[in-house]
Amino acid sequence: MSNYKYHILVCGGTGCVASQSPQIKASLEQKIAEHNLTNDVQVVTTGCFGFCEKGPIVKILPDNTFYTQVKPEDANEIINEHIIKGRKVTRLLYIDPKSSERKSDSKHMGFYQKQLRIALRNCGFINPENIDEYIARDGYAALAQVLETNDPQQTIDIIKKSGLRGRGGGGFPTGLKWEIASKNPADQKYMICNADEGDPGAFMDRSILEGDPHTVLEAMAIGGFCIGASKGLIYIRAEYPLAIRRLEIAIKQARELGLLGENILNSGFSFDIELYYGAGAFVCGEETAMIHSMEGNRGEPTFKPPFPAQEGYLKKPSNVNNVETFANIPVIILKGWEWFSSIGTKNSKGTKVFALAGQINNVGLIEVPMGITLREVIYEIGGGIKGGKKFKAVQTGGPSGGCLTEKFLDTPIDYDNLLAAGSMMGSGGMIVMDETSCMVSVAKFYLDFIVEESCGKCSPCRVGNKRLYELLDKITLGKGTIDDLNLLKNLSKVIKDTALCGLGQTSPNPVLSTIDNFWDEYLAHVVDHKCPAGQCKALKSYHIDPDNCIGCGVCARNCPVGAIKGEKKMPHEINQALCIKCGTCYEKCKFNAIFIK
Amino acid sequence: MEKIKSLSDLKKKREELQSNLKLREQGENIENAIVVKVAMATCGIASGAKQVMEVIINECNKRNIPAVVTQTGCMGYCYAEPTVEVTKPGEAPIVFGYITPLKAEELVTKYIAGNELLDGIIPVNYEKIDNK
Ligand SMILES: Cc1cc2nc3c(=O)[nH]c(=O)nc-3n(C[C@H](O)[C@H](O)[C@H](O)COP(=O)(O)O)c2cc1C
Repeated sequence: MSNYKYHILVCGGTGCVASQSPQIKASLEQKIAEHNLTNDVQVVTTGCFGFCEKGPIVKILPDNTFYTQVKPEDANEIINEHIIKGRKVTRLLYIDPKSSERKSDSKHMGFYQKQLRIALRNCGFINPENIDEYIARDGYAALAQVLETNDPQQTIDIIKKSGLRGRGGGGFPTGLKWEIASKNPADQKYMICNADEGDPGAFMDRSILEGDPHTVLEAMAIGGFCIGASKGLIYIRAEYPLAIRRLEIAIKQARELGLLGENILNSGFSFDIELYYGAGAFVCGEETAMIHSMEGNRGEPTFKPPFPAQEGYLKKPSNVNNVETFANIPVIILKGWEWFSSIGTKNSKGTKVFALAGQINNVGLIEVPMGITLREVIYEIGGGIKGGKKFKAVQTGGPSGGCLTEKFLDTPIDYDNLLAAGSMMGSGGMIVMDETSCMVSVAKFYLDFIVEESCGKCSPCRVGNKRLYELLDKITLGKGTIDDLNLLKNLSKVIKDTALCGLGQTSPNPVLSTIDNFWDEYLAHVVDHKCPAGQCKALKSYHIDPDNCIGCGVCARNCPVGAIKGEKKMPHEINQALCIKCGTCYEKCKFNAIFIK
Repeated sequence: MEKIKSLSDLKKKREELQSNLKLREQGENIENAIVVKVAMATCGIASGAKQVMEVIINECNKRNIPAVVTQTGCMGYCYAEPTVEVTKPGEAPIVFGYITPLKAEELVTKYIAGNELLDGIIPVNYEKIDNK
């Protein structure tokens, strides 16, 4: 038994690694060695704590102290003060923005208070590269139980009754999906994990794989047993090198202990897992395109049916689930479907992980019970809008989703409510926008992404989305007309109805939802040729108010293109032909003499 | 590495491994734990605080007492070292003075496990920074 008196957990998620968490760990270990404390203090690299805004995170146990924005140089003070003298390093504690008080543990931080961690239960707690720590947290116990019971249908029923629905976007009931795949007889079936995660800004799946890879392996084996598959395949984008490395280590360790491979736990069931690397194309997250890509063909979707459960990888029945869906499985089996289905709303059970981003104070990864309101997520967990600005909209569902406005702030978040509100759950991207965001530009941003990512197989998507993009571009340049708005709406409907796969069928959603919720803003662009948010450069111009200008020349000196001229101590002027509308003069002027028209 | 061959193998392994994470799990739920702080400044260490801490940890582990044992700086009772502060959930902290390793065992069995007080209690007359 170990005799460590302190555990120091250092975040090893991609974000914190980029801001030097490996060096922090090395410095801590060096200081620990210098003080002869190697038998007393254990330093552990964990997965993501979620509070990326304040990373790198270092947590000290057993006194549960949460240090934020730690630097390698802080190691000395942490060891000398906290570990040796038992005094917390106050300057590294989180400052509550409301009360300006320092908070020493995460339970008293708004960011964590409303969260409920099921899929992320081990992230930021265990060392993802050590199977022993996973086993100590009941790891592989669910698989052992399922194999001991030896009744696939019973396990499928548990998942069905739990109410778990797919977290990859579609929200299909997971138990039912497994049941369908289990009933299709074949000499070989496949259990596939979709770790493509192509939504811009999303990193839920990456964090689960980096922080708790074994939970996904265990769940895949359970699923494999239920549907009768002996092979598991994980399709992961090559842009996730850390997640890939942790998966490789996890697979190796599980094989060594006999938890993957032949005759697992003497049950007669064999299951092994292989990784397939994707090149990072959004459409390859769509299950049929993903399967074609795994087969070595072009990553293009095909019409469903046949569904993967009928004809999947190598034409064999295959079951595709998302990473986060899998991460829920072992806990449901150990704690029971009754427990799981007691969390959430009527038709959406459990929790959802969101990547919270945009103009919000606490950017990061959160897991919340279904049914929480957007207001709680944005103002309590997210800490409100940055810079005290006004909330305008929140985008969910990525390029397939839509924007929700103030009137939906108190709507409980679940699959059905988000759809009814004109957006969707999607895989968990959540981008918060303030009053300075132009909604036409937001729609244009997503269409730009779609045009880039469309595989080109069907014309509605290949040509239609390009036309949508051009119309939006024209509007942001102030050249749009009312007719263009009607054209946008009609074309959107046609694309939705005729595109081949989910990508094209949902790609007009950002356009339709912004038109629905922000019609006035579209009108302002085409009728008054104004961008109310002041974001569209072509629709704004900077001017100098001669009454306020004292001729100090600061604007002229800072203008990168030399567009401002004037005599000393006399009002200056901006040459509109040269101005690139960068806004530097506006920021630099101390006399409020520059205004935007 | 030896393979795990059955559910009971796995359970056995889990039990062996669980103690490694106990400290983390108790720390996450510190508000339900008995918090024991051993004063480990120069004066404390000189009078045997290190051994006292070992004894308390081992005795608590033996008895499966959910106690979180940490060290702290000088509490200002240098004349009474080694000193140990015990906070039970929802109760005010109590500081015990002159805790020798032998006394430490008694502290665990009598006060931490039971609720009996020992001699050498020092009234709490300082404010803790953690509560701020
Ligand atoms: C364009 C497009 C992209 C998708 N990208 C992903 C993805 O990155 N990850 C994912 O799990 N599912 C993605 N899906 C959904 C998958 O097709 C599939 O429904 C899902 O992996 C099933 O798993 P689930 O039932 O556990 O959600 C995408 C779908 C479409 C149409």
